[in-house]
Amino acid sequence: MSLPVVVSDPNAPEVFLAVEDLRVHFLTDDGLVRSVDGLSFQLDRGRTLGIVGESGSGKSVTSMSIMGLHRVVESSRAGSARIQGHIWLDGEDLVAASPERVRRLRGKKMAMIFQDPLSAMHPYYTVGDQIIEAYRIHNDVSRKVARKHAVDLLGRVGIPRPAARVDDYPHQFSGGMRQRAMIAMALSCDPELLIADEPTTALDVTVQAQILDLIRDLRAEFNSAVIIITHDLGVVAELADDILVMYAGRAAEHGAAEHIFRAPQHPYTWGLLGSMPRLDRARAERLRPIRGTPPSLINVPSGCPFHPRCDYAELTGGDSLTDVPGMREIGPGHQIACHLDAEQRLRIWRRDIAPKLSSEGTA
Amino acid sequence: MIATDATLALVLGACGGTTTGGRGTGTGATYNAGVGQVYNPSTTKGGTLRFANAGDWDSLDPADTYYAYSWNFIRLYGRQLVMFAPEPGAAGAKLVPDLAETLGVPSNDSKTWTYKIRKGMRFEDGSTVTSKDVKYAVERSLDKQTFPNGPTYFNDFLDLRGYTSPYQDPTPDKLGLKAIETPDDSTIVFHLAKPFSGFDYFAQLPATIPVPRAKDTGTKYKQHVVSTGPYKFESNELGKKFTLVRNDQWNPATDPIRTALPDRIEVTIGANADDIDNRLISGNLDVDVAGTGVQPATQGRILSDPNLKKNADAAATTRLWYTSINPDVAPLDNIHCRKAVEYAADHTAYQRAYGGPAGGDIATNLLPPLIPGAKQVDLYNFGSKPGGDADSARQELQQCGQPSGFATNMSYRAERPKEKATAEAMQQALAKVGIRLTLKPFPQGDYFKLYAGKPDFAKNNKLGLMTTGWSADWPDGFGFLQQIVDSRVIRASGGNTNLSVKIPEVDHLIDQALLTTDTNAREQIWAQIDKRVMEEAVALPGVWAKTLLYRPPTLTNVFVTNGFGMYDYLTLGVQNVQK
Amino acid sequence: MTAYIIRRLIAAVLLLLVVSVATFAIFFLVPRLAGASAEDLASRYTGKTANAEQVRVMAEKLGFTDPLPVQYGRFAKGLVLGADYSTGPTTEHCPAPCFGYSFITQNPVWPDLLDRMPVTLSLAAGAGVLWLVGGVATGVLSAVRKGSVFDRAAMGVALAGVSLPIFFTGLLALSLFSYKLGWTEPGGSYTPLTESPLAWARALLLPWVTLALLYAAGYARLTRAGMLETMNEDYIRTARAKGLPERTVVLKHGLRAALTPIITIFGLDVGLLIGGAVLTESTFSLPGLGKYAIDAITNNDLPKVLGVTLVAAFFVVIANLVVDILYAVVDPRVRLS
Repeated sequence: MSLPVVVSDPNAPEVFLAVEDLRVHFLTDDGLVRSVDGLSFQLDRGRTLGIVGESGSGKSVTSMSIMGLHRVVESSRAGSARIQGHIWLDGEDLVAASPERVRRLRGKKMAMIFQDPLSAMHPYYTVGDQIIEAYRIHNDVSRKVARKHAVDLLGRVGIPRPAARVDDYPHQFSGGMRQRAMIAMALSCDPELLIADEPTTALDVTVQAQILDLIRDLRAEFNSAVIIITHDLGVVAELADDILVMYAGRAAEHGAAEHIFRAPQHPYTWGLLGSMPRLDRARAERLRPIRGTPPSLINVPSGCPFHPRCDYAELTGGDSLTDVPGMREIGPGHQIACHLDAEQRLRIWRRDIAPKLSSEGTA
Repeated sequence: MIATDATLALVLGACGGTTTGGRGTGTGATYNAGVGQVYNPSTTKGGTLRFANAGDWDSLDPADTYYAYSWNFIRLYGRQLVMFAPEPGAAGAKLVPDLAETLGVPSNDSKTWTYKIRKGMRFEDGSTVTSKDVKYAVERSLDKQTFPNGPTYFNDFLDLRGYTSPYQDPTPDKLGLKAIETPDDSTIVFHLAKPFSGFDYFAQLPATIPVPRAKDTGTKYKQHVVSTGPYKFESNELGKKFTLVRNDQWNPATDPIRTALPDRIEVTIGANADDIDNRLISGNLDVDVAGTGVQPATQGRILSDPNLKKNADAAATTRLWYTSINPDVAPLDNIHCRKAVEYAADHTAYQRAYGGPAGGDIATNLLPPLIPGAKQVDLYNFGSKPGGDADSARQELQQCGQPSGFATNMSYRAERPKEKATAEAMQQALAKVGIRLTLKPFPQGDYFKLYAGKPDFAKNNKLGLMTTGWSADWPDGFGFLQQIVDSRVIRASGGNTNLSVKIPEVDHLIDQALLTTDTNAREQIWAQIDKRVMEEAVALPGVWAKTLLYRPPTLTNVFVTNGFGMYDYLTLGVQNVQK
Repeated sequence: MTAYIIRRLIAAVLLLLVVSVATFAIFFLVPRLAGASAEDLASRYTGKTANAEQVRVMAEKLGFTDPLPVQYGRFAKGLVLGADYSTGPTTEHCPAPCFGYSFITQNPVWPDLLDRMPVTLSLAAGAGVLWLVGGVATGVLSAVRKGSVFDRAAMGVALAGVSLPIFFTGLLALSLFSYKLGWTEPGGSYTPLTESPLAWARALLLPWVTLALLYAAGYARLTRAGMLETMNEDYIRTARAKGLPERTVVLKHGLRAALTPIITIFGLDVGLLIGGAVLTESTFSLPGLGKYAIDAITNNDLPKVLGVTLVAAFFVVIANLVVDILYAVVDPRVRLS
């Protein structure tokens, strides 16, 4: 089943994946939930983007929007999504495309790995069946061929004795094995875009590292564009070329991974980094959670949505209370959405933040 | 439930209006057109007559059946010595010879009865019917181990001398019973142990339908009863359905009575009672064979819809609903207290409990009017003061020494809403004169065996009043009265139907009646007995029951027979035979 | 698995034993507690005018004069070894399993049961297929279109469906479709499948639909609830992420999981129904086990009551077993041991 040729949209950007001013709003009984509200980013083939942020920051909603998984519930009224903006994938706008068109891309051109591999796999079908199904829906091959392909994939993701295990049910696999199988399933059609939503969160720490290694290896092998969604900066530190920090449905900071880690510019990023557990920091300083709680997405705070929790909000002369800060370029490929000017940020960084982030804070 | 019924009736009523007359014209139909006269007379033969039964036959075997409808129906495939004439009205309660040439010829002492059977009668297989086949049939009916359901009149009256059953009979021809003699193939003589003037009523029992010994399979004979009548069994699925077709060995020349109009008779067993009514009304069924009338919901519907009512008949029956007044329970041992109950009773309410005038007439005495010789007597003003005669009741209470009334219990069968309504009506009516009733429901299955019908129990539990009902096996004084007024049938062990009548004079009169062969004289004695019981005030008659029968326009020759209190099944034909 | 089934079958036999003892006890002990003697019991099976001697003979013939354990032993012996029975002129052997002879009709019970079983099986099977397909389909559609006009209408009808008694809907359906419109057969129609499949289906159509309607309502609600829950599962999202068409997602992934509890209930419902669809059979005058049971109980016909109770219990036990095995087949996480 080959994909029909699509005439490239003249407005399409050159880049492989471009999200432009994406807005995803959900109509609920309590009001309009602005889960994603004007998000833009780009991603090229062979590159890995890490999207980080607290729960409810909109990172998962973004990935589901790219996959077109919100549309399927659009028919029912409560909880249905309104999606605006553009998601350009290889010259095609997924927001404007028909659901059927997006379905055909799903699993083939773009694939996804989910957080909890136990609940994400169907308990009544064997692992092999589920991989075979994913393969055959997009490839017109016999069951036998598909099965061989499944066994190959299971071998490639590091399942021992794949020819035997292919007939096992998910509950007969260990957690790590299940995630490997999930990955095999996602890779079954050689997707050009792979989205991993919290791929290691549900796993043991030792297994986490193995899975991250696997994703890294496979990325090289498949040359896919990869989006890793996580709340764990440690995960993206290992894998990501670029990092997008999201807060309340918007981008807070976006830049190369080394910039974000070595010279973060947004107070929220500072907070995230500060709350990262690190063994090389003194115990008392190790965990400094950002004060307050994530904002309601129905009543997003005015101005900078982070201002109620920002230690430096008063330095903006009130702008943060009224004006929504736009993303602005502050260095090559480095953008932030913050009212603080460069001088203020540098001063705070040097005086307050860098020392506490220890060794890396001396840049 | 009530709302449901009403809705159903409404919807069904809408359906019924258009479907009636599907198979018949029904012109000239009026309410009670089948009572006392033949409705839609016809001599057209052919067609299929369709019966349905909500219950099951006790048995199709002539030795083993004790339902009125079964005795009515069995005449289609069997011929007993005598039978009730298939005539409308009172003529239907008269006996006429069937297998026999004449009615029985008694000896002077009424202990020996002789019948001559007609010549040229054959079983369905072509073999000739002889008096020995009748004797064998009666013999086997004596075996209550094999045939427990049938009546026991022959067991009770024949001079058995220890004879139990042809199946235990050592004689080679199994005709060892001395009480019945067959001097030749056409003569049969019955010897009784005690005189019985009404023996012809026994001779009409299905047990006298001849049975060929070679074909007798005991309990299995009911699967294929060998026919002597105009119809024989084509198929028979016990408990489900059976079909009768014409018996080519039946010779109309030997049978002056049967018209045998339909070609085929189909009977469905175990049908839903409400569905039977709907099918009757829609023309999908011809007769509800049980003959006990339509269901209460249907009754209301029929009586309120003139189009349906014109096809209905309120058939008088030999059934009496009454209340026994127990002289064993003080203060009802005093006749005046019993009379007070009689006077105080509200007969309008009693009648209402049984469905109003369509459910029956107010009874003033025991014998239902359709029983030959019955004389209506109204000692306690039931007719003139149907709502109760409180003044007379108070006077009786004075005389009884209970001027302010007394308290007693009243029993009824718990499963019967009509008896419950009766008891409640009595409770209200008697309260007006100070007689306070406590109502005691008992399960109907054991009502006579363990409760009301067990003298000790009734006495110890102070059951002063007991609702009950009685129906005769056949319309005559003996059939109706003997089991409910003869004190000698009361057994201490229970199971009695006579709950309260212990009058020596009545016992004596019964014996006298059994000796009297003159029909008129005998009938007068039964009427006298009836009056005596009323004078003693040990029974409070309530309602002489009627049943509301539906007469689909598909039927011809329809009438209610007093012999069975339902349509006569022997004469029925079907309207459009080109079916 | 085999060991499991054997163990369950042994338990089933024990259960049937208990059921038969209990039925026996209810039949004899309840009247006895009310003071009935052997003769009182026997007098239920004699004619209206039977005298004391005839009643005594009947009590002896039916064995009521023996102690209860002896009577039960005779019954059990007949089941295993068969029994002999007098028809009057001859003695007949009733081969095992001999459930005895009806106290009323004196017919052997077992052939009756065998004769009536196909009716009830036909009724239960046809109605079962109808309500399972109809109920599940309605439930799935309702769940997929939650909140739509279809959903509301279907759930409204479902509520009415479970609330209306079959003796009402059945009689109404008969009056309308059989008597007024003449589309379907009148009450009491039944032709064995082996005689004419067409006539069989025609005669049973109305009972099937009426009975199915009653159950379909419940199944629709059950399926809807199950589907709504299942369709929120992570694995449904995974299925969608694979690019499966929504139809496949709903039917292969959603329904498969939602069906498991429904199959359990279906098995038990059908098992109970085979034991006797009492109301349906009474309403439509079908000569099945349910009608047989109700007649037997009405007439206090112990051998019939025992026979039909044991057959009913047998089917319920078997249905339970089948459901448990089926559960293991359907849900690979369940392993029987």
